Amino acid sequence: MSCAKILSPVMPRREFLLAVSAAMAIVSSGAVQAQERKLTVGVVLPLSGTFADQGQHYESGIKLYQKLHGTKVGDVTVETVVRDDQGPGSGDLSRRLTQELILRNKADIILGYSFTPNAMAAATLLTEAKKPAIIINAATSVITEKSPYFARVSFTLPQLAASLGTWAAKNNLKTAYTIVSDYAPGIDAETWFKKSFEAGGGKIVGEARTPISAMEYSPFLQRAMEAKPDLVFAFNPGGDVSVAFMKSAKERGLTKAGIKLLVTGDVVDDSMLPAIGDALDGVISALHYQVELDNPENAKFLKGYHEMYGADAMPSYRVVQAYDGMALIYKALQQTGGKTDADSLMAAIKGAKLDSPRGPIEIDPATRDIIENIYIRRGEQKNGKWSNVAFETLKAVKDPAK
Amino acid sequence: MAGLISVVADGIAYGMLLFLFSIGLSVTLGLMRFINLAHGAFAMCGGYIAVILLNQMGVPFLLTLPLAFLVTGVIGSFAERAVIRHLYRMPELQQVLFSIGLAFAASALATIIFGPQQQPMLLPDWLTGRIDLFGLEITGYRLFLIGSGCVAAVGLIALFNYTLFGARIRASVDNRRTAEGIGINVGRLFSLTFGFGAALAGLGGALAVGFLGLDPTFPFKYLVIVLMVVAIGGPGSIAGSFIAAISLGVIDALFKYFVPEVGSFVIYALLVVMMVFFPKGIAGRTA
Amino acid sequence: MRLFERIGIGLPLFAAAIASYVLFPDYLALIANIFILAIFALSYDLLQGHAGVVSLGHAAFLGIGAYTSAILAAHGITEPVLGLLAALCMSGIVALCLTRIVVVGNDLTRLLVTLGVGFLFYEAANKARWLTGGADGMPDFEVGPVLGQFHFDFVGRTAFFYTLIVLAIVYLFLRRVTTSPFGLALRGIRENVKRMDAIGAPVARHLATTYTMSGAIAGIAGALLAQTNRFASLDMLGFERSAEVMMMATLGGSGSLSGVVLGAATFGYLKDALSALSPKYWHLGLGIVLMLSVFVLRNGIAGGLATGFAALKRSLGGKQ
Repeated sequence: MSCAKILSPVMPRREFLLAVSAAMAIVSSGAVQAQERKLTVGVVLPLSGTFADQGQHYESGIKLYQKLHGTKVGDVTVETVVRDDQGPGSGDLSRRLTQELILRNKADIILGYSFTPNAMAAATLLTEAKKPAIIINAATSVITEKSPYFARVSFTLPQLAASLGTWAAKNNLKTAYTIVSDYAPGIDAETWFKKSFEAGGGKIVGEARTPISAMEYSPFLQRAMEAKPDLVFAFNPGGDVSVAFMKSAKERGLTKAGIKLLVTGDVVDDSMLPAIGDALDGVISALHYQVELDNPENAKFLKGYHEMYGADAMPSYRVVQAYDGMALIYKALQQTGGKTDADSLMAAIKGAKLDSPRGPIEIDPATRDIIENIYIRRGEQKNGKWSNVAFETLKAVKDPAK
Repeated sequence: MAGLISVVADGIAYGMLLFLFSIGLSVTLGLMRFINLAHGAFAMCGGYIAVILLNQMGVPFLLTLPLAFLVTGVIGSFAERAVIRHLYRMPELQQVLFSIGLAFAASALATIIFGPQQQPMLLPDWLTGRIDLFGLEITGYRLFLIGSGCVAAVGLIALFNYTLFGARIRASVDNRRTAEGIGINVGRLFSLTFGFGAALAGLGGALAVGFLGLDPTFPFKYLVIVLMVVAIGGPGSIAGSFIAAISLGVIDALFKYFVPEVGSFVIYALLVVMMVFFPKGIAGRTA
Repeated sequence: MRLFERIGIGLPLFAAAIASYVLFPDYLALIANIFILAIFALSYDLLQGHAGVVSLGHAAFLGIGAYTSAILAAHGITEPVLGLLAALCMSGIVALCLTRIVVVGNDLTRLLVTLGVGFLFYEAANKARWLTGGADGMPDFEVGPVLGQFHFDFVGRTAFFYTLIVLAIVYLFLRRVTTSPFGLALRGIRENVKRMDAIGAPVARHLATTYTMSGAIAGIAGALLAQTNRFASLDMLGFERSAEVMMMATLGGSGSLSGVVLGAATFGYLKDALSALSPKYWHLGLGIVLMLSVFVLRNGIAGGLATGFAALKRSLGGKQ
């Protein structure tokens, strides 16, 4: 009733004890909440535009991993924030998205970069902000050198091209004609195939560079066939362009004329095989993953993939790359014991070894680039479906350019 | 030598594909003076119709073509009646803006409905085999394209120049008031013509899928080259588009065969040169 | 009201820009990017809205500006303003050389010639890998502090003010130009070329001057883009950027400086917001907005605003 009574500091003993315990409960629950830690993964993918299907593959990989392995590592919840870099057409956008993920979303680590210019653009930003980034596809060799915070979990073009060149020379193929798309990755592929092929005693009898988005390969193939090489080595950017190239090669009867067709594996991505059809017959390719791979991780991966996306769905190697990107993050977190700062994470990432659906992989501690198996495959029909079937495995291949 | 001839033949087939793909735009641009940058969207529509009919409903390939033609034409007519006719009197820039918006929306719808991936188009065996024609080896599909292109060219030239329908359209474009004055229902005629242009685009799209693949970015990928064919040929002229398309195909093939280092430069340099010296195209209509 | 009419919407726009610095401290990179888009759109609209020349290859100048400043920086000239001036000169010179071929024919012709020229530049830059880094892009250059004082920071504060000041200068410059006798002559050319010729106006020379200025300003935008991102890439010369700038200018209201700035801001914002909202389907939103704008906003945003203001004025005047 009177103010004095209400404001009196002297409370009856029982009420006092209750109040104190209530206060302690509140304070300690706050402390418990503070221990619920988070690792925010900023994801940068091409989710719209010409390469939206690639972005979809990467997303599938990330989702699948978290479905199979949960969203927590110890007591750290791994959260993803996804932004769309709209494909290779705006490196400055990729850089800005990286900045926004770090600044606004407080991302601890970045996962993404399907295209080389997008990774290159973000390099100096990542170094400045001191945040690690895991590259899930961009395949130009030099990217990992542009920032000490880059680690790559996918592949480099020289790995594929050099493997094919060495294989070809070893298998008594003496002459080669190269047809590559006229832009940086294509020229890289050409350079490294040439290096390893010539090192093995082979000879390049002709080179052609095709416009990046050319859909008509007939003249180039005709020229190549006239040079009568033992093999044709080709690289193109994937997607509809590669389908057109493969179909053109079949049209012209390249393999029927006795000329072997060697392509980097991204040209005959498993997810494109339904569109390529029987043009795959006898085509030799090199890649770090194909669906027809027999190991327990892959079995688990495929089972989960088919459950999520249908029994007939063919996962692209890109799904595996993103899947492994998450695996790398989880592994690093386990190793740091839950520490999410950049230096701990980078230290854990360097030298990390994983069992991937593609076999054993390792992040080279010196270059932060991927060391993995490269498979030499041949296009064959298996169970009525056209597939890339591996017949030779090159173990623990490093990026030859470093 | 045989190699060169087969390369040229393939180039002609490629040119025919471009022609079939572009006539729809030539019709709407030249005859109706409406800048329809959503032309690619109608082509994409035709492509998806053909793919669904072929892959999921097992309709034979030859039947998918007229169906793609008809359905896209109907959609085009509806679009014309509902929206497009209000755009004729707007400034050209607004037409461009609208049609680009339409292309974006159509592309997004295709992504939502079909997903962003490549749609496989498995052509029947009789089209994918190599055919021996007087010592020249050519793929069945390319021969089919050449045949269809010629038939289309002849048919359309006859339609526009020798029929009453064609005469009515040309009259309406030249002077709408007078045409209405002599009793031509211009509104309905334009609706029909736009629908026809859309139908042609749809047919072109269905034919192109086997060669160019199909995904939701179709409307944008080939817009540039289609514009080139129409502009060089002269908007509104079927014969012009025909000549322009074939020439582009052949020149492209020849340069790729003889001077591959030059690559893309050729086509664009050709475009610039043609436009500078022949601003109205080879056979432009001055309506 | 009189003062407002004299200065135009420029001042409130500038005030809004400053306000955004305070209101959206986490979005500075996006806003700086919008300022750059506005400069690019202004350069384009000088051509389309004032001289009546359409172009689908304007990004060539954006790219030339970007690469000029990037290449200079890679060779040691890292002070941004110097790079900016160099980009301005380089783009301007290239534009001057190209004038003869881009002012021929009718609209469709010009669209295609400029398209072709744009693609030729793109291919040239792609092939000149030793100079431009080709499709990989050019990340290896330092960007020094502006005027030796202001370092580019991670949050984007320096970039914000740097681009804003350049935008303000460009805007004021263009305002002078378009309200001068030269600007009136341009309008005449846009409306009726033959008559201008008949009254003895030096049409060709005016168009050449305009195209050069337009190219130079686009070069400025390009340099800013490269400098604030420490990156130059082929897409800065690409067709998508050319098509986008045409959309921005048309959306904003071709011929109106403030309209174009608003158009660029709207387009840039929409692209970012819609993409963040729905990465797969933002094209749908953008397409719908563009289609609607044609009906709802005759003559773009500027037209819509003008109609709105006129209606407002009428209702206010009516009350009295």
